[in-house]
Amino acid sequence: MSAILIIEQILNGLQLGVMLFLMAAGLTLIFGVMGLINLAHGSLYMVGAFAAAAVAGATGSFLLAMVAAMAAAAIAGVLIEVVVIRRLYAKDHLDQVLATFALILIFSEGVRWVFGSFPLFLDIPDYLSGPVSLPGGIQYPLYRLVLIGIGMVVGLLLWLLTQQTRLGIQIRAGENDREMIAALGVNISNLYTLVFAIGAALAGLAGALVGAIQSVQVGMGEPVLILAFVVIVIGGIGSIQGAFIGALIVGLTDTLGGVFLPQLFRLFLEPAGATSTGSALASMAIYILMGAILIWRPTGLFGQRA
Amino acid sequence: MIPERWLNLGILAALVAVPIWALVVDEPFIITLVTRAVIFALAAVGLNIALGLGGLVSLGHAVFFGIGGYAMGILAYHAQTFTPLAEWPFPIDGTKSMPVIWLVAVTTSTLAALLIGLLSLRTSGVYFIMITLAFGQMFYYFSISWAQYGGEDGLSIYVRNGFPGLNTLDPIQFFAICFALLCAVLGFNALLARSPFGLALNAARQVPHRVETMGLSPFRLKLVAFVISGAVTGLAGALFADLNRFVSPTMFSWQMSGEIIIFVILGGVARLIGPVIGAAAFVLLEHWLGGLSDYWHIYLGAILLGVVLFARGGIVGLVARAHG
Amino acid sequence: MTKVTQTLLAAACAAMVATAGLAEVKVGMITTLSGGGAGLGIDVRDGFMLAVEQSGRDDIEVVIEDDQRKPDIAVQLADKMVQSEKVDVLTGIIFSNLAMAVIPSVTAQGKFYLSPNAGPSALAGKGCHPNYFNVAWQNDNLHEAAGAYANTAGYGNSFILAPNYPAGQDALTGYKRTYQGELAGEIYTQLGQTDYAAEIAQIRASGADSVFFFLPGGMGISFLKQYADSAVGLPVVGPAFSFDQGILQAVGDAALGVVNTSQWNKDIDNPTNAAFVEAFQAKYDRLPSLYASQGFDTARLLISAMEKADVADVDAFRAALKAAEFDSTRGDFAFGLNQHPIQTIYAREVVKEGDVFTNKIIGVALENHADAYAAECKM
Repeated sequence: MSAILIIEQILNGLQLGVMLFLMAAGLTLIFGVMGLINLAHGSLYMVGAFAAAAVAGATGSFLLAMVAAMAAAAIAGVLIEVVVIRRLYAKDHLDQVLATFALILIFSEGVRWVFGSFPLFLDIPDYLSGPVSLPGGIQYPLYRLVLIGIGMVVGLLLWLLTQQTRLGIQIRAGENDREMIAALGVNISNLYTLVFAIGAALAGLAGALVGAIQSVQVGMGEPVLILAFVVIVIGGIGSIQGAFIGALIVGLTDTLGGVFLPQLFRLFLEPAGATSTGSALASMAIYILMGAILIWRPTGLFGQRA
Repeated sequence: MIPERWLNLGILAALVAVPIWALVVDEPFIITLVTRAVIFALAAVGLNIALGLGGLVSLGHAVFFGIGGYAMGILAYHAQTFTPLAEWPFPIDGTKSMPVIWLVAVTTSTLAALLIGLLSLRTSGVYFIMITLAFGQMFYYFSISWAQYGGEDGLSIYVRNGFPGLNTLDPIQFFAICFALLCAVLGFNALLARSPFGLALNAARQVPHRVETMGLSPFRLKLVAFVISGAVTGLAGALFADLNRFVSPTMFSWQMSGEIIIFVILGGVARLIGPVIGAAAFVLLEHWLGGLSDYWHIYLGAILLGVVLFARGGIVGLVARAHG
Repeated sequence: MTKVTQTLLAAACAAMVATAGLAEVKVGMITTLSGGGAGLGIDVRDGFMLAVEQSGRDDIEVVIEDDQRKPDIAVQLADKMVQSEKVDVLTGIIFSNLAMAVIPSVTAQGKFYLSPNAGPSALAGKGCHPNYFNVAWQNDNLHEAAGAYANTAGYGNSFILAPNYPAGQDALTGYKRTYQGELAGEIYTQLGQTDYAAEIAQIRASGADSVFFFLPGGMGISFLKQYADSAVGLPVVGPAFSFDQGILQAVGDAALGVVNTSQWNKDIDNPTNAAFVEAFQAKYDRLPSLYASQGFDTARLLISAMEKADVADVDAFRAALKAAEFDSTRGDFAFGLNQHPIQTIYAREVVKEGDVFTNKIIGVALENHADAYAAECKM
């Protein structure tokens, strides 16, 4: 195992981590501000990817496709917030789980109804494709470096938004005491819709960015949704900072575990058995990690409230 | 509005009447369908003990459902291939006897629930939902990689397991077994809810600090509820595997956990007959909506949404007057 | 459970009493029509129904149901087909795990099962059954062909990967059965995995001269796009599943030039195939896929048996199925002792015709190939 390979795998883990962060940021904001568990967040990711594929197919522009993805996911988000989600804030988590599970069913089959049953095509634009040479002789795909960059920038913007702007102050106040900020004259209903739209747009962006290197198909949101939940639970629900750290931990664990666990087992098992045992353990690794962290810190790494 | 007690009796009577009618008109598939509803109901009654009485939203009950299923699958697989289950410390053979399989299913799911409960109950609220989900995923991925027992392909059992004195291959007799178990568990559930334990658990859910000042530990109360709940769902898993004569990792999937929760909410949380109505309604919807369109999931989703938004207390809440 | 009961009975014949004396064949098709795997089931269904329609027969009734790719739903539907619909023949299942859940029990109940796609090894060897006919392939076949192709292409150091589940393990076993070179690496990925950056890095570092992969559905799309973008550039070979008509458009340029193995392609030169491709395009307005051809052949096999025997005479009907005297889209078609096909498997290359990505045959990978499990079948 060469140093180059290890660095390359760490970059891969980082890239998976920042993409998970785009998903997890919206999820954790929505939970932190509105107290809502949104299982349909993965559907917004899917909506973003499909919108991007449709627009890229029609116009040939990758940038327009990204804009369309964010817009489509935000519109879908606002729509479900106004029609359904708004009625769920006062209900308990159980009702929220069921209602947003129902939304997954509606979104998945709705998208299949509109776009058909076959995967769609969405590719990396020419100016971002191919590998670049990094110091040390590492060949790494440019697009993945761009993804890491976008994730970092979005993380920074979100941090500035919540810490430095008036909207951010309202959001943080809303997390702590929603009656008080309503009494201070903030239109709480509009604030909620706005936060939901931001979260949805980030999910849509993640779906479109990832869709270009994976496959744009119905049901693509669910595995990511589960991982994003793992991320926000590890990080502590409601914490943007926690989501960022959690995303990197999950991204790195998943990637490095998949590579190194089978090799580790090869030290004391015959190769075929080592490969399958190692792979099996690697696929369980992040859940074992999450269980361990919650047993150690029952409200996650940065969680404040139970 | 009708009294809840009458509703309970009416539902159970309907669950008996429909298969008998199906027997008369020779529609064995309807008996199979009702049996499926009864088994789902049993799983949901199990969850309702944790969810309704204990307030524990477990998104990982598929773990116990799957353990029950694999208990049946593994025991019957060794019996049908005439291979021993274990050589050490003493030879253990597989079995095709339902009562033995049930015992193993209940014992293993009890142990699993004890372990998972001990760890998970340190958290609460959303964290509890998510840690139970994490355990579900661990079991799911483990079963997929467990090549000895079929991995993702699962295990096929060619002949349904036996019950002394009955022909379990006859749909109506297998239905009778499942229905009798459901009634027994419902009776146990009703007793449990009224027992001192049930009352204390209810109090621990609503005002935990008061329970503590009375010298009771909310943690222990919840743990016991979680373990009983897991054991019942495990039993349902063994029956479900016998109904299909097949087990696979999908029994461990998070969608399965989600469906068991749906049965409970659809029917009515913390209502004795709620999970039974929820499971029956779900099976009925699945069967009936499936005939309408290729995109029937949209209708199912819309109906579930309607129940959450407009029917407080699920279907039972709509039609029955609360007791007491 | 989508129920599209498509009855081809003339209205006048609908009165069951009048036709009770005729041998009508009722077919139960359980296939995947919703969710992520729906494309495959839709193709099998459309291919099957095209052949039924072309036959012009009014004595076939097909009941179609959606298994949602869930084994327990498939089992329930099989019970319904047997107990309630009282079908004579079942078919349609796409995925091996569903096939394992359904086929042993329906054949044990005396029904015929004609597999249009899945061919798990357990049912080809010790678990073979006189009422089970596989019209597609045994699961290992296309992988064995890929190994054979790798030999003729002169590859001597392959890197191989597949998901960690039984069909994935079978795939690597199948490749290694025929491939004679060294292995640069062997990886099991996670089922449903969508990011292959880590695996591609390992391929780059391994010093391999070729890559073999089996990653069905969306997994294959993801792998190929990422592999092309990584510019590793080693030749790739795989079974047809990741290069099929349905998903090829979603892979795009990344698949161009890749060699894959298949028992069928739209340019196999025989009149049946030419007519099939043309009729399929005319009716459904898209190119047929591998799965559509398998559905079509399954129906053709069934119809050929109906012409020779009455379904009520089980032994005669079985013999008629086994004779397999029908014009297949693959040219010659014959069953081996375990009632799986003995067939030629081709190497094909992904090309672009106008705006559409498709395949063209470049050679034969394995001639008249039977599967490795036939000897274990005691029938």
